[in-house]
Amino acid sequence: MLAATGAKSMEDIYCDVPAEALLAKTIDLPPHQGEMEVERAISAMAAKNLNAAEVPSFLGGGAYRHHVPATVDAMIQRGEFLTAYTPYQPEVSQGTLQYLFEFQTQVALITGMEVANASMYDGATSCAEAVAMAGRVSKRKKAIVSGGLHPHYRDATSTISGLHNMDIDLAAANYAGDEDLISLIDNDTACVVVQNPDFFGHIRDLGPLASACHEAGALLIAVVTEIVSLGAITSPGAMGADIVATEGQSIGNALNYGGPTVGLFAVHNKHLRQMPGRVCGQTTDTEGKRGFVLTLSTREQHIRREKATSNICTNSGLCALAFTVHMTLLGETGFARLAGLNHASAVTLADKLSGVAGVEIINETFFNEFTLRLSGPAAAAVEAMAAKGVLGGIPVSRLYPDNPDMENLLLVTATEVTTGDDMDALVTALNEVL
Amino acid sequence: MADTHETITGNRGLQLEESLIFEQSSEGRLGVDLAEPPHVENRLGGLEREGPIGLPDLSEPQTVRHYTRISQNNYGIDSGFYPLGSCTMKHNPRLNEKVARLPGFASLHPLQPVSTTQGALELIDACAHWLKVICGMPAVAMSPAAGAQGELCGMMAIRAALEDRGDVRKRVLVPESAHGTNPATAAACGYAVDTIPANERGRVDFDAFVAKLDTDVAGIMLTNPNTCGLFETDIIKIADAIHDAGGFFYCDGANLNAIMGRVRPGDLGVDCMHINLHKTFSTPHGGGGPGAGPVVLSEALADYAPLPFVTHGEDGFDLVEHKTGKAAKAFGRLKGFHGQMGMFIRSLAFMMSHGGDGIRQASADAVLNANYLLAELKDTLSPSFDGPCMHEALFDDSFLKDTDVSTLDFAKAMIDEGFHPMTMYFPLVVHGALLMEPTESESKETLDQYIDALKGLTAKAKAGDAAYFHDAPRLTPRRRLDETSAARNPILRWRPPVDEAEAAE
Ligand SMILES: Cc1ncc(COP(=O)(O)O)c(C=O)c1O
Repeated sequence: MLAATGAKSMEDIYCDVPAEALLAKTIDLPPHQGEMEVERAISAMAAKNLNAAEVPSFLGGGAYRHHVPATVDAMIQRGEFLTAYTPYQPEVSQGTLQYLFEFQTQVALITGMEVANASMYDGATSCAEAVAMAGRVSKRKKAIVSGGLHPHYRDATSTISGLHNMDIDLAAANYAGDEDLISLIDNDTACVVVQNPDFFGHIRDLGPLASACHEAGALLIAVVTEIVSLGAITSPGAMGADIVATEGQSIGNALNYGGPTVGLFAVHNKHLRQMPGRVCGQTTDTEGKRGFVLTLSTREQHIRREKATSNICTNSGLCALAFTVHMTLLGETGFARLAGLNHASAVTLADKLSGVAGVEIINETFFNEFTLRLSGPAAAAVEAMAAKGVLGGIPVSRLYPDNPDMENLLLVTATEVTTGDDMDALVTALNEVL
Repeated sequence: MADTHETITGNRGLQLEESLIFEQSSEGRLGVDLAEPPHVENRLGGLEREGPIGLPDLSEPQTVRHYTRISQNNYGIDSGFYPLGSCTMKHNPRLNEKVARLPGFASLHPLQPVSTTQGALELIDACAHWLKVICGMPAVAMSPAAGAQGELCGMMAIRAALEDRGDVRKRVLVPESAHGTNPATAAACGYAVDTIPANERGRVDFDAFVAKLDTDVAGIMLTNPNTCGLFETDIIKIADAIHDAGGFFYCDGANLNAIMGRVRPGDLGVDCMHINLHKTFSTPHGGGGPGAGPVVLSEALADYAPLPFVTHGEDGFDLVEHKTGKAAKAFGRLKGFHGQMGMFIRSLAFMMSHGGDGIRQASADAVLNANYLLAELKDTLSPSFDGPCMHEALFDDSFLKDTDVSTLDFAKAMIDEGFHPMTMYFPLVVHGALLMEPTESESKETLDQYIDALKGLTAKAKAGDAAYFHDAPRLTPRRRLDETSAARNPILRWRPPVDEAEAAE
């Protein structure tokens, strides 16, 4: 092959590289290894972790452990899905395009919105992009961010949408669930960002907030970190949200130490052209058969370059596939059941914990996670419980450091995979460490 | 063949027509084993959902069949040659999939105490180490979710470094051949994009670049090897010039596959560069994602890296999640949690499998494959530039002059030959561009078959059979799709047919 190119050596082919930059020998890294050796080495790293599936685990806070049916992984590992690129050539990408169309429909239905895009990186970046989009739609600069928004979402939003010249107005952290955002809205407000259920687990009626936003000409951005909740709670769209920016990990996707996951992004038709990200649309082919294509790409970077609505290119395609396969297995009946099981599990956990000395439940309302106030610092309690093989929740201080008021707060979650024995183990562990 | 007889079902043997899930619903069917929830006193605060959502009910076998059938309408690297330039469609080893699914990673919660996730932090640190050594750079920000977010990360680090020294600049220089994410990112960072032209050799016009340099330029975003598949010969001079002007050098590393193990970006004067793990390091593209876009950083930018990052602590690995101490200058946070862990695992498996030696070999193989295509096709197609290429070969459409066949038509005819088309109409600096990237994964036999197909099609086009191309593809599950009406009258979701909905009322 080298001879066919007319070159005598690879050096000839690399002739455009400045000679001083061309490495003469192998870089300082270990030599190649066989499949067995690599698997062994990486398995050894995996074995050093305390895997949340093996012990009673009560962590949520934006990443949730659910049962993912075996079908999901079998489907997403089909090479035709796994090893395809973005469906730029629709004639050989109808598989990807069809599931994206179905995915978009499912997301729109669940969020109560008119349309959804083909996914974002994750919930936090969805939220950041929603704020930037609200700036473009309203032509205003001020974004009011609820103190119940997941701190990572808050920070990603400040970092990313702050670039789009948005002024991010962070409301004080609010773990009590009694935040008043309406009084902060004025005629300069582009949007209000609120999470439901919020980071601390409280559920609120977004209706009054939506009305107040709309009266002032602002958009309501609703964030959901636990998408399963929408099987039980009124959708953000039905409560008046203008943009729904959520995390979809809970459906079809494992925890994966937090990534990759899948951001969901849904809007109403009137704002469609300001939406970031890819969208798939229905059309027909030259024989009149229904088919699907990526569309409205004049919003996107590969066409609009510096005038694009976002710089996003690669999104979360395969995680969106996992989501849509799982959601198809669930259907209307299964999704409602899954939500019901999660809520029942959390209610049962709350009942069990209410009898533990040194534990106070903060929430009046919740879906599958809620906040406890312990008699001592939560971080130490969690560390002590972990030593006993119980992953007892998330110390709120992990995300709100240096806030003495929240030092004793513990966020706990129960899902359909949480057993009665798990709950008893938590009760025992708390009794021992408090 | 398109002209075979019609079937009753619309199926054609193994080519199966598949309706939407919404059209297959039968109420009460269930694809999961979930019991009815027990009765509890609900704590939903009176906000329980009212009325159905409208999701379809399918069984498990129906679901499996649905996705299996539609998957067969897709072309993947597993199906065949996928020479999509700039996208590095290399083989995706299944070992990587296997280790990414080890329960010790897949079932690991991101907010577990770090004392219980030491193996995960070790893995991130190991992956970071490989990337730093390969790039010859002292630091790496692991959290960006994909290439475009890596660009944002790098440009924000530059902005933060400039602001830190009280030097607010307004412009970023971007070559006209750049990928769309580059100008979109610069704009997202609040910079005005100032385009620099290419010279007749497909590289940055150095004089035009120097003429634009002043104290208002924050930096240059330069892809190397560039999107024409060429090494930027003046790259070190460019780096020196931008540094002399007080700016920074952002390198788009999407094309690292051509040089890994042979040229270290750090030796070229790069200040920051994103790496698409879903290109160079073989994590699957998954029909559009997910990817990962770690950014290597020079000493000058390292302090501004976003949260979180892994450090070596006294009792093992630490995770720095807040803007204190070592992270006092961090420019913020780009996404939730700690980055695309699943991609770090796959990439590390790829890098360990290859080793330092194999990585060096892979880049040479990728470059050799591209040069083989270039050499074998140079008399048939029209190469855009003289001389050897890096990992991708670029042609323009002048070989199709007077044939009434466009680049698009030509690419669609490739589909009928069983190949995924090359990248078309990108980069923009070449008329009717055809950009081919074979990667190191392809054998000579595959390349030869592809070359034969291209030669045959070119002969057909030159023989005046334009209609053949205008009609292509013929053998696909769908023929050409009407993109104009899709955009003019967007149908972005399924809705129940109107008469049915009325009947239900
Ligand atoms: C040259 C170049 N730069 C940047 C990108 C953007 O990367 P990503 O799609 O991972 O965001 C791509 C890939 O599409 C590319 O080819």
